[in-house]
Amino acid sequence: MLAPRDAQDLRAIIADAAASGRKLELRGGGTKADFGAPREAEIVSLTALSGVVDYDPAELVLTVRPGTPLAEIEALVAGEGQMLAFEPWGDAAATIGGTVAAGVAGSRRVTAGSARDHLLGLTAVSGRGEVFVAGAKVVKNVTGYDLPKLLAGSWGRLAAMTELTLKVLPAPRVTTTLAAHGLSPRAAHAAMACALGSNADVSAAAHLKRGITLLRVAGFAPSVEARCAALAGLLSDHCSLSLLDEAAAAPLWAEAMTGHKLAGAVGWRIHLPPRHAPALVETLEPLGIDWAMDWGGGRLWVALDNAGPDVRMLAAQAGGEATLVRADAPTRGRIPAFPPRPAGVAALETRVARAFDPTGVFATTRFAEDAHADQLSA
Amino acid sequence: MSIAMPAPDEGTLAKRDRIIAAMQAIVPGEGVITQADALRPWESDGLTAYRQPPMLVVLPETVEQVSAVLRWCHGEGVKVVPRGSGTSLSGGALPLADAVLLGMGKFKRVLDVDYEDRVAVVQPGVTNLAITQAVEARGFYYAPDPSSQIACSIGGNVAENSGGVHCLKYGLTTNNVLGVELVLMDGEVVRLGGRHLDPAGLDLLGVVVGSEGLLGVVTEVTVRILPKPETARAVLVGFPDAESAGACVAQVIAEGIIPAGMEMMDRPAIHAAEAFVQVGYPLDVGALLIVEVDGPAAECDHLIGEIARIADHNGATTTRVSQDEAERMAFWAGRKAAFPAVGRISPDYYCMDGTIPRRQLPHVLRRMEELSAHHGLGVANVFHAGDGNLHPLILYDANVPGELDRAEEFGNDILRLCVEVGGVLTGEHGVGIEKRDLMPVMFGEEDLKQQQRVKCAFDPDLLLNPGKVFPTLHRCAELGRMHVHHGALPFPELPRF
Ligand SMILES: Cc1cc2nc3c(=O)[nH]c(=O)nc-3n(C[C@H](O)[C@H](O)[C@@H](O)COP(=O)(O)OP(=O)(O)OC[C@H]3O[C@@H](n4cnc5c(N)ncnc54)[C@H](O)[C@@H]3O)c2cc1C
Ligand SMILES: Cc1cc2nc3c(=O)[nH]c(=O)nc-3n(C[C@H](O)[C@H](O)[C@H](O)COP(=O)(O)OP(=O)(O)OC[C@H]3O[C@@H](n4cnc5c(N)ncnc54)[C@H](O)[C@@H]3O)c2cc1C
Repeated sequence: MLAPRDAQDLRAIIADAAASGRKLELRGGGTKADFGAPREAEIVSLTALSGVVDYDPAELVLTVRPGTPLAEIEALVAGEGQMLAFEPWGDAAATIGGTVAAGVAGSRRVTAGSARDHLLGLTAVSGRGEVFVAGAKVVKNVTGYDLPKLLAGSWGRLAAMTELTLKVLPAPRVTTTLAAHGLSPRAAHAAMACALGSNADVSAAAHLKRGITLLRVAGFAPSVEARCAALAGLLSDHCSLSLLDEAAAAPLWAEAMTGHKLAGAVGWRIHLPPRHAPALVETLEPLGIDWAMDWGGGRLWVALDNAGPDVRMLAAQAGGEATLVRADAPTRGRIPAFPPRPAGVAALETRVARAFDPTGVFATTRFAEDAHADQLSA
Repeated sequence: MSIAMPAPDEGTLAKRDRIIAAMQAIVPGEGVITQADALRPWESDGLTAYRQPPMLVVLPETVEQVSAVLRWCHGEGVKVVPRGSGTSLSGGALPLADAVLLGMGKFKRVLDVDYEDRVAVVQPGVTNLAITQAVEARGFYYAPDPSSQIACSIGGNVAENSGGVHCLKYGLTTNNVLGVELVLMDGEVVRLGGRHLDPAGLDLLGVVVGSEGLLGVVTEVTVRILPKPETARAVLVGFPDAESAGACVAQVIAEGIIPAGMEMMDRPAIHAAEAFVQVGYPLDVGALLIVEVDGPAAECDHLIGEIARIADHNGATTTRVSQDEAERMAFWAGRKAAFPAVGRISPDYYCMDGTIPRRQLPHVLRRMEELSAHHGLGVANVFHAGDGNLHPLILYDANVPGELDRAEEFGNDILRLCVEVGGVLTGEHGVGIEKRDLMPVMFGEEDLKQQQRVKCAFDPDLLLNPGKVFPTLHRCAELGRMHVHHGALPFPELPRF
């Protein structure tokens, strides 16, 4: 494992790997090392590139180095009454660089956007071993291509971020969870769609298999009170809502947001049009599958004991995409992490990846998308 | 008129007749415009100082036609400039003498609205406002609201990543688009994103939004629609100077309030707007803020009270809260008419669009006054105060020799100033041709090359909207070349474990 002390070291390492044809795997906290196929690559740990560069709460802008622990950043912004609105989550070791590169987002994503929507600017070292900046350090900017969007969720396939500028937002003063009990997936989805489609400004909606439906209402106290009352009326045909205290609600949201409690050796994350979620659950449940619904049905975590039924195909039939998030090494060697894209999109994606990393320094066998990068002309 | 476009390609001009015949074979009937007088209306976009009649205009009606046009042009090495409604303020849709202008105005249909999943699928020529109109009966709307929304197309919005007065709370176009159908320069049709969140793979949609028509032609857009807030209320606050208005804005945000809109106008802009629409703006103030909040009535009442308190604390001299919808609209009428209002007090005006860190506002306004004196041209300022996006309107008279050039120099100085204080060249209008040559002020050579390499991934022959955004055209082969730095010993000094 290589442990660059700073961005200069990192640049030198990447330039050297590009020249000598070696493969590198960027690593933050390494909490996602078991994602994607087993591979051989030299690990480059970015944890030493750590620390806050600049934080200006009034400007809603935070600039940090990638190895900064996510928990440290969350504590810092919370101290100013602010938050990362995309509600990132991860293990204690998770870094902000890995969080953004993995495109992590929590339950609030459905109304507040994902990491991509909050990454304003960055400095990075491309697979060419060259330093570039993209985006900017202000909340509103359209100057040049929006390369930060490409880097968010790129899983270390394009470039190594050495500095990230994120948009922060005021944290709500009050957060309340309303819960309904005993709804079927179909009834829960209908209730969530009704809530999210109402002007009660519900910021998150999730449903757990054991029949608990969660609606989050956040903001200023008088507003939260009014909206909770409105929701009870709006949903009276669907269910009856009760107030859940936050100590009880937090672990339930965590379950829906991360799918971490689901029983089963093989785990999938499915993004799909919410309207198709109930039918997909009804198809999967008889096959003995554990599941949790987030984003009003737009994100479905599923787990099962084996790679058995073709979850990926069933997700595609529901207009969605299944990503393999949990499996043993042989299974991950066999089933690519990401669903295949149509040929035209896949080819375009490869060309874009090569625009950052022409020799495939970051193209390990981890992702099927990159597996044949060696055959590309440099 | 200091910005030069690439010299037209003689070979292309020589085969114009053949190009016309090929286009007519693909788009029959009225869809190909070739006569000089008929081309004139297409010669500029919203940046009217720059005019260039296109070689010809093609108005396709189907994605198959778009694909066939691009494929043919790609094969023949003919350049193409996409165009929506032509309201760009940065010259993004400026025609080229040797290019086909591809007008998307016939793609006018709302294809599908899914209220349950809160998405609408529309063709790119649908206007921004028409999306809201299509869904408002059911209580929904499309959030990004550029002031040009009655005219600008959603395809143009996607290309420019347009914003509006509500984007502080609701985001720019990029935060509200879920998917596009895109035709690449070689005619290939791809779908990026769709009806669900966070598709797998690289976020190509993210880079297409805001790419100013350089990466592909958008033929379909899937947007999120939002439930319309229960109420909206606005408060109009006058301050003795921009400094106290700026302090008020900072405190509003520091207290955790993200208003639906927060707009500032300076004295010249207030006077121009009031003279134009007579909505009762106070004329004895140095700066005016319009702060709008939306949501349940209980929330609006609460926040309006808070904002009035904060305004008072920062030395507001007048505070008016809208009592009904008519009054709220009146508050906005002046701001929304600011551009035409300035157009009445000056023969011409030039609209700038930089973003600055908000705390720099007093400094930037002071420097702008100095620059105004230096260039001998007036300036009025409207400002998306919440997100630091500044719209200085430079007043000039194009009929006075040299004034346009001075206006451009003044504008360039303002944008350099924005970058100098930590801001950017454009917050929502795009680079186009207008800010093209200023790009090196904000980006280094390597930064620009990295962006251009992405361009090469989509359009390796650089045929789509060339001459825009990038100050220097590098051939893709040249950009792809690697400079090999051989390290003798791979980092013996680095910790390894
Ligand atoms: C089993 C499991 C499943 C999970 N599934 C999901 C999920 O599906 N969705 C979700 O949102 N979260 C998921 N998470 C949460 C996720 O692991 C953490 O939230 C995230 O913070 C990872 O941070 P890290 O620092 O450990 O990243 P790492 O695991 O170290 O790195 C993650 C990725 O980012 C790249 N990377 C790291 N730093 C950089 C950098 N500076 N520049 C460029 N690339 C970089 C790496 O190459 C790697 O591909 C999951 C966690 C676990 C344990
Ligand atoms: C009075 C006025 C007020 C304005 N207010 C605002 C504002 O508040 N906020 C804001 O952000 N902007 C504003 N604008 C700028 C302008 O309206 C926006 O940039 C708008 O998005 C342009 O849309 P259009 O359809 O007119 O595009 P055009 O001007 O026709 O084209 C703009 C760019 O988009 C490309 N393009 C157009 N359609 C497509 C397509 N289908 N596929 C690929 N590329 C395409 C063109 O090549 C060009 O580069 C304003 C303009 C005016 C005149």
